[in-house]
Amino acid sequence: MSLSLAGVSRAFGGVRAVDDATFTVADAEVHGLIGPNGAGKTTLLNLISGLLQPTSGRIELDGRRIDRLPPHRVAALGVARTYQNIRLFAGLSAADNVVVGEHLRRHAPFWPRLLLLPSAQREERAAREAAEALLSRVGLRERAGTPAFSLSYGEQRRVEIARALASQPTLVLLDEPTAGMNPNEAAAVARLVREVAREGRTVLLIEHNVRLVMEVCDRITVLNFGKVIARGAPAQIAQDPAVIAAYLGDGS
Amino acid sequence: MTDLFLAYESLFAFVGINGLLALSVYATLCCGQLSLANAGFMAIGAYTGALITLRAPGVPFIAALAASALAPALIAVPLGLPVLRLRGVFLAIATVGFGEVVRLFFVNWDYTNGALGLVAIPQRTHLWTIALALALALYVLGRLRGSRTGYALEAIREDETAARTMGIYTTGHKLAMLVLGAALAGLAGGLEAHHTFMVAPGGFAFGRVVDMLVQAVVGGTAAFYGPVVGAAFLTVLPEVLREAGARLGLAPGPFRLFLNGAILLAVILYLPNGLVSLPARFRRRARGMA
Repeated sequence: MSLSLAGVSRAFGGVRAVDDATFTVADAEVHGLIGPNGAGKTTLLNLISGLLQPTSGRIELDGRRIDRLPPHRVAALGVARTYQNIRLFAGLSAADNVVVGEHLRRHAPFWPRLLLLPSAQREERAAREAAEALLSRVGLRERAGTPAFSLSYGEQRRVEIARALASQPTLVLLDEPTAGMNPNEAAAVARLVREVAREGRTVLLIEHNVRLVMEVCDRITVLNFGKVIARGAPAQIAQDPAVIAAYLGDGS
Repeated sequence: MTDLFLAYESLFAFVGINGLLALSVYATLCCGQLSLANAGFMAIGAYTGALITLRAPGVPFIAALAASALAPALIAVPLGLPVLRLRGVFLAIATVGFGEVVRLFFVNWDYTNGALGLVAIPQRTHLWTIALALALALYVLGRLRGSRTGYALEAIREDETAARTMGIYTTGHKLAMLVLGAALAGLAGGLEAHHTFMVAPGGFAFGRVVDMLVQAVVGGTAAFYGPVVGAAFLTVLPEVLREAGARLGLAPGPFRLFLNGAILLAVILYLPNGLVSLPARFRRRARGMA
C-alpha cells in the first residue's frame, strides 16, 4: 500500500510540529523517517494513524484521503502501529494483547458464543493459535501467558510489534521499535522488518539507530524542525550536507 | 431448610435485585467507564413497569418487565453519545447530574404523585423471576469475557488510545455497555417495584448508585460475578449483624451505613481486587508457607 503526504502541517499553538511535509512511501518498501529529537516524527505518525488531524494538507492511502478519518477507520484500511512510549494493554497477557490486535481480522459476532456453538469455539482457538504463532515470530512464544507489565522493555516492544502485525496490516508504522534493546534483539527486529516488507507490507520506520536504518531501509525521509530536509536512498542521505548539518551542526 | 428459606425470602429477593444493580454498574466499569447514572436508569425502569401494571392491568408481567428494561436503554443512547466523550471524573459528575435530573423529574411529576410516588403496585415479582433475571445477566456478561467484544472492552479499559488504533470503535463499545447497564438497572427497578408494592423518587437518590458501586467494588470487578458476590455480602451482612447492633444500642439504618463504609475502606486498603480475589490470596499464602 502506498502512502502519500502533500503539504501536511500540524501546529500546536505557535509551534509548527510538522511543517509542510510532502513525501511518498511506495508499496512494500521499508521507509525510514529520521531526524533529531523534536523534529516532528512521532507527530507525523499520529497524523497518519488518525490520532491527530493535520492543520492543513492531505494524507492519502492508495489515493484515498484519510486525514479526516478517526483512528479506528484508518486502522480498518490496513494501518497498524507501535508506540515510542509503549502502549501495551498492561493488565493483559502477551497473548491476549496480540488477540486484541486481531480485532479487525476476526469475524466473530457475539451470538454464536452466547449459544455455545462450536463455531465460536473454533474461531477463538484459531485466534489464540494465530496470536501464539505471531509471538513465536518475535521470539516470545514461551512468554505468551505473562502479563504485559512484567515483561522486560525489549520484550514489550516485541509484543507491540506482534500486536501490530496481528491485524495483517498493509502499512505498519513503527515508532522506534529497537529503543532500549540490546544489539541482538535489535538485529532480530531488523530481520523481522525486512521479512514483513517481503510479505508485501509497507513499513514506515522511525529509528535513531543510524546503522540499522541504513541497513534496513529502502528509502529515507529526514525531518528537522517539522520540515522535510532530505529524501532519498540511504547512501544519498548519508552524504547529504543538510542532513549532516542537522545532526552534527553546520559548524558556524 | 425450607423454613429458613421462607423466613428470608425477602432478603434473598434483595440480594438478587442488588446483584442486578451491581452488575449494571459493572457493565460500564468493565470498559473503564465510571458511569453513575444507574439510579436514574433504575427509576425510569421502576416507574415504567409500575405505570404499565397500574394503568393497563391486562398487560402481562413479562411485558411490563421488558418495558422496564427497554425504556432506560433507549434513554441511554442520547445520554451516552455526548457524555461518553468525557473521561474519568468528568463522566462520573455528568452522570450523577443525569441521575438527579431523573429523580427531580419524578418528584415534580403530578401524574406519578410527585414525591409520594406510586403505591399499591400488585406484587408480581417472585423469587424465581429475580433469580432468572440475575442468572441471565450473569450468563451474558460471563460469555462476553473472552469474546472478540470482550477483548475490545478490556483493551478500552487498559488503554483507549491504543484500542482505537487497533481498529476498535471505542464509542460504539462504550455506548453498548452503557445501554446494557441501563437495561439491567431498569430491569432491577421493575422487579423491585413489583416486590415492594411501591415506587418513590426518594429510593433513587445519589446514595442508591453509591450502594451499587460499593457492592461492585467490594465484590471485585476483575471477575464478572464479583459484583454479585459483593451485593450478596453487603445485603446479608447487616441482617446477620442486626441483632448485635441492636444490643449495642445502634439504630439499624446508620449501623448499616457505618458497616458499608468500614467494609469498603478495608477492601480498598487490603483487598483491592475485591472479595473474589480472596481464594487466590489464600492459595498463595498456603504455598508461601509450605
